[in-house]
Amino acid sequence: MQTLGQAAQPSVILADEPLRAIELSAATVTFGRGDKAVPALSETSLRIADGEFVALVGPSGCGKSTILRLVSGLVQPTRGVVIVGGREVAAKALRIGMAFQNPTLLPWLTIEQNVMLPLRIVQPFRARYRRERRTTFRDKAHALLGQVGLKGFASRYPWQLSGGMLQRANLCRALIHEPRMLLLDEPFGALDQFTREELWSILQDLWLAHKPTVLLVTHDLREAGFLAGRICVMSARPGRIIDDSPVDFARPRTIAMTFEPEFVTLNQRLRDLIVHTRSLPAEREN
Amino acid sequence: MPANLRQKIWSFALIVLFFGGWEVFCLASGMSDLILPRPSQVFETLYNRFPVLWPHIIRTISTTLGGFALGVALGVVLGALIGVSRVAYDTAYPLLIGFSSIPKVAVVPIFVLWFGSGEVPAILTSIAICFFPIVVNIATGLATTEPELEDVLKVWGASKFDILWNVGLPRTMPFFFASLKVAITYAFVGTVLAETVASNRGIGNVMMSASSNFDVPLVFVGLFILAGLGVLLYVVFSLVEGRVTGWATRKNDIAAA
Repeated sequence: MQTLGQAAQPSVILADEPLRAIELSAATVTFGRGDKAVPALSETSLRIADGEFVALVGPSGCGKSTILRLVSGLVQPTRGVVIVGGREVAAKALRIGMAFQNPTLLPWLTIEQNVMLPLRIVQPFRARYRRERRTTFRDKAHALLGQVGLKGFASRYPWQLSGGMLQRANLCRALIHEPRMLLLDEPFGALDQFTREELWSILQDLWLAHKPTVLLVTHDLREAGFLAGRICVMSARPGRIIDDSPVDFARPRTIAMTFEPEFVTLNQRLRDLIVHTRSLPAEREN
Repeated sequence: MPANLRQKIWSFALIVLFFGGWEVFCLASGMSDLILPRPSQVFETLYNRFPVLWPHIIRTISTTLGGFALGVALGVVLGALIGVSRVAYDTAYPLLIGFSSIPKVAVVPIFVLWFGSGEVPAILTSIAICFFPIVVNIATGLATTEPELEDVLKVWGASKFDILWNVGLPRTMPFFFASLKVAITYAFVGTVLAETVASNRGIGNVMMSASSNFDVPLVFVGLFILAGLGVLLYVVFSLVEGRVTGWATRKNDIAAA
């Protein structure tokens, strides 16, 4: 991410502390008003340093995706503060890449054109798009596609690719504009077990190569354990973080590692936490 | 491809069968040609009267295309305005439905009242009848952009216009061309309708005067010409559609390109 140096990144840097990419302070989100108000997130505080890989796990509907939407600025907190890249979110302080379970590639564009879409929109690439789309930008897209094993598919259309391939292309699209932060909302949820594991390794490689801050929302505890450097467990709706623990396995991690006793123990512990919070009535404190 | 060819042969066979059956039916039942002329009589009349009919055909086509072009322009603008926001879509929809439910025959006399008989009411009628499917399709295409995709774009800092330009409009193209095919036939209907009510030229007018002279074969000539023109215009727009929005039909020949 050194190449981003020329784009000034105004941010508040606290002495001796790693730059905080994300900081939620008692952020509460409520959808709707009055009687129909639905609390989605209650007083959640979360700090994520630059370059960290954090996974959010928890029961369905606990507000995991709401945190992603808060961080990306798509949703404003009802109460509390959300600071991203040293600024309140609305300021759009840093470049963000995003990927959902649905790859949402545009069917009328080739894979290469799809991957290059952010460059048409995000500054400073946008200003150079016309000049460089056939040269440096295309090389960039091809390099990324090569990293995820889609080398020969640049000029294919999305419907010619399998679900797993589409999701790889989606990851490329999320990374092409060199985002400092990558927000992933169950990106592999719709894939079969083997494709999913393959993509974990690809995502790990991409992260090791580019080192963006990653916030990954997932249901899959093995996925969280394999990829993340830190796992946050959320309670049932309205969500709050009830457990936040580091994952210290050495990188690059392997699929085989996920069957080792230590990993299984971690998995078990997370599972128990989630099962426990699910069984609690939503309103009560744990 | 063979399957495609076979289907074409069947379509052609069906047309031949239709006219053949009609011919045989008339001959067998001894039907008077004042009631139902045989297809062969109709084609004969068409051939003999063609020089006289030609200016009328031109007039009908030009009126149709004029009304169609204006109707499309109006439809695109309205559709884009309505489709950009959900609120506008929901607000304007009842009015549009109301307008589209009015039988356009009822509107022609008003246009004649305002603009006299001739080409203007015919163009207006065809606009009124053909713009609606365009509006609906453009608006629907714009309004149904996947919310996740819109989120991704917003996070990139895309403006409303960026989203419209890069996603909304290209997405709308298949809807747009599908609606063009419908609109062109509607425009045609509108034109002929107005010509039958108040005009001194055009196929609609020819049919009206032929029927008042009990020249039934000529009335049928009019029908045949209209059907032929309708098919022709439909085919033209299908071809354009295939070129522009082939991605939406997922044909294998695009894969080869």
